[in-house]
Amino acid sequence: MDKKEEFRKDVRAWLGDNCPPSLCDKGVEFSAGLSLKHRNGDSKIWLERMAAKGWTAPTWPTQYGGGGLSFAENAILLKELRRINAPIPLAGMGLVMIGPTLLELGTEEQKQCHLPKITSGEVSWCQGYSEPNAGSDLANLQTKAEDKGDHFLINGSKIWTSGAMHADWMFCLVRTDFNVQKQKGISFVLFPMTDPGVTRKPIKLISGDSLFCQVFFDDVKAKKEDLVGKLNQGWTVGKRLLEFERSSIGSGSIGIGSSVGVNLVDIAQRYRGDDEGKIEDPLLRNQVVQHEMNSRSFNASTQRLMAELKTGKTPGFATSVMKYYSSEMTQKKSEMMVSILGQNGLGREGDEFNTQELAITKRWLFDKAFTIAGGSSEVQLNIIAKRILDLPV
Amino acid sequence: MALTLNEEQQLLSDSAKDFFSKSMPVSLLRELRDNDNELGYSESHWKEMIELGWGGIVVPEAFGGLDFGYQGLGVVLEEAGRTLAASPLFTTCVLGGASLALAGSEQQKSELLPLIVSGELLFALAIEESATHGPKRTKTSAIKIDKGYRITGDKTFVLDGHIANKLVVVTRTSGEAGSEEGLTLFLVDRDSSGIEITQRKMVDSRNASDISFRDVEVSSSEMLGTLDQGYSVLDNVLSIAQICYASEMLGSMQEAFERTVEYIKTRVQFDVPLGSFQVLQHRAAKMYVEIDLCKSIVIAALSALDDDANANELGQHASLVKAKVTETFNLVSSEAIQMHGGIGMTDEEEIGFFLKRARVAEHTLGDIRYHQNRYGDLIGI
Ligand SMILES: Cc1cc2nc3c(=O)[nH]c(=O)nc-3n(C[C@H](O)[C@H](O)[C@H](O)COP(=O)(O)OP(=O)(O)OC[C@H]3O[C@@H](n4cnc5c(N)ncnc54)[C@H](O)[C@@H]3O)c2cc1C
Repeated sequence: MDKKEEFRKDVRAWLGDNCPPSLCDKGVEFSAGLSLKHRNGDSKIWLERMAAKGWTAPTWPTQYGGGGLSFAENAILLKELRRINAPIPLAGMGLVMIGPTLLELGTEEQKQCHLPKITSGEVSWCQGYSEPNAGSDLANLQTKAEDKGDHFLINGSKIWTSGAMHADWMFCLVRTDFNVQKQKGISFVLFPMTDPGVTRKPIKLISGDSLFCQVFFDDVKAKKEDLVGKLNQGWTVGKRLLEFERSSIGSGSIGIGSSVGVNLVDIAQRYRGDDEGKIEDPLLRNQVVQHEMNSRSFNASTQRLMAELKTGKTPGFATSVMKYYSSEMTQKKSEMMVSILGQNGLGREGDEFNTQELAITKRWLFDKAFTIAGGSSEVQLNIIAKRILDLPV
Repeated sequence: MALTLNEEQQLLSDSAKDFFSKSMPVSLLRELRDNDNELGYSESHWKEMIELGWGGIVVPEAFGGLDFGYQGLGVVLEEAGRTLAASPLFTTCVLGGASLALAGSEQQKSELLPLIVSGELLFALAIEESATHGPKRTKTSAIKIDKGYRITGDKTFVLDGHIANKLVVVTRTSGEAGSEEGLTLFLVDRDSSGIEITQRKMVDSRNASDISFRDVEVSSSEMLGTLDQGYSVLDNVLSIAQICYASEMLGSMQEAFERTVEYIKTRVQFDVPLGSFQVLQHRAAKMYVEIDLCKSIVIAALSALDDDANANELGQHASLVKAKVTETFNLVSSEAIQMHGGIGMTDEEEIGFFLKRARVAEHTLGDIRYHQNRYGDLIGI
């Protein structure tokens, strides 16, 4: 048996012994980015076991709580997890955004301090980028940080901060110099949300849920050792993190990039198919086929990108391609699902609609965010045009 | 699955790029068209391609080939697509070669495959009987007689039909038109009596012919594969062909796209390059995204061919690539004309050749609707 097969065998055996069966086959459901407080029973056991093994962050170095796996080994692990329909034990901005950024650009102390608490699920993170007057034009941000010797003093406000209600820490872009070109006066800092100067005000979304907040800072302190990158060079760090964010939205690994648990073909067959699963309406069948083709093409692109990474290429602007395509595709898919359900896809609440129908409706409303958050579709197209195609400004 | 080129494939791709751009640029196709060239391809260039070994890229070594795999052939076809190079490479090596390799007896293979490698024989697949692809609808009949079979029927839009020496003919030996059962393939010499070939002048300046068969007699030894059971082999041959053809289309659309991006960077209106207008930037970026996906599915499909994927898998790959690549090539070629403005409408500018090629390619071996339906059937919806 070759090494790969041996690894696969070990993984399979370990998962067999350690993954609580009660969690499997529930559809691919991410236990998204919540800190340990919200865990109980089997999902807590599952997280603890995976974290102890280093497999909440399989490719990170072991000294920071990762699994030290190669790309190829990680692919095997993911395949085995999918095979038994196991839930991903941990998701969130720690794992897919600030973690990879610190691994690449953080100091040794920052890595040792923050990474193990991410892999264990102890600390959850939120992203303080957008402000009321800095959205697509992110570099226009005005939140002020003053140098106070051993710390920065922060005043201002962030908006649309996902998960801020429950987050323990924030990574944040702040202005440290008001007298230079706007990209050149920005710094990247970390601070705990428990700071007494932090106030969070939840904002209700069109789906009725409230997943993000406006966050206000009144003399919030960030320690000097929690400055990532150099002073006034935070824009570079911030942009690198956006690439990680885009590739995670693109690949669905953040948990919001994929329409969780419901499959378009299943829905189409169940609501509009005959006994053999044939969809009789030729127009609908064609729409479903086109979506399946697009989705398969997107998967092929993801795999090709992975293969290229193995040969040493960096993802870079390719993440914009992936983010753009997957968000547009996901949105079309949820539009189609609602349309297949007819009026049953348009309920607000109540027992007259079944839970799946209500979930699909919420999903559709939430999916509208994908083409806005993480840099809107228009912004991604700008990036592709200027950075990849080199079209003039 | 190999989704990146290995070193040898990269070398092959580089040398193909070099060859086609230097020896067979788009202007060669224009010349063939303007001279009303009877063959529709340049024999001397075909000879050079054969000398480079390209006739035998997918042929097993035992039959004199290189056994280099479909990913290898794919990169050559892609580069040929970039310059719209007209040659028998696709019809002879893919349609002819795959028919022989999949359906041929040991004797047929050892006799004919080496002649493909050496470029001595040219092949064509006589399959269509109407203006849209539909292998199951075959009506051309082959009736059993003493010495073999007698073929009667009309084939149309046969790629390279007028230059081929050997025709692979799809016939019906039993069953009704529309049925998978009862199809049989035959190898027929172009000189057989009862064959009449009429060339069609296609808008892309490449070759297609109508071929009528009137009581054409072939001996039983010319049967390719099994009596009445030709469909399953044919289906695989077509999957291979669709994937290879899509590789060529991929090259053509990338070229059309790159020329267009280059054009909007240099053409100045309102005192700025056209490419600085966001509306054009976004349309270009969307094309880039679609082309990028096409690259991924084509390389995945070629790799599935080399991995000997099963018939259903191959069918899915083939219909996926043919549908998506066609859609994208159509988009890119139309946008190419639009973004070139008036100059794009002139015969003198080469961009129009890509538009015309795109539409002929769309209808070759199944259009978008055909492949969307086939894909739906294969995934069971
Ligand atoms: C669900 C959700 C979660 C989010 N989570 C977070 C988070 O955790 N942290 C955080 O910091 N931010 C978060 N955001 C904010 C998100 O990053 C911003 O909404 C986004 O960058 C767009 O900014 P904006 O909302 O100010 O829109 P605007 O920038 O005002 O854009 C409005 C419209 O104009 C278009 N537009 C803008 N500029 C251009 C241009 N140059 N060319 C063409 N079109 C243009 C945009 O594409 C968009 O369609 C989240 C947003 C959503 C919806």
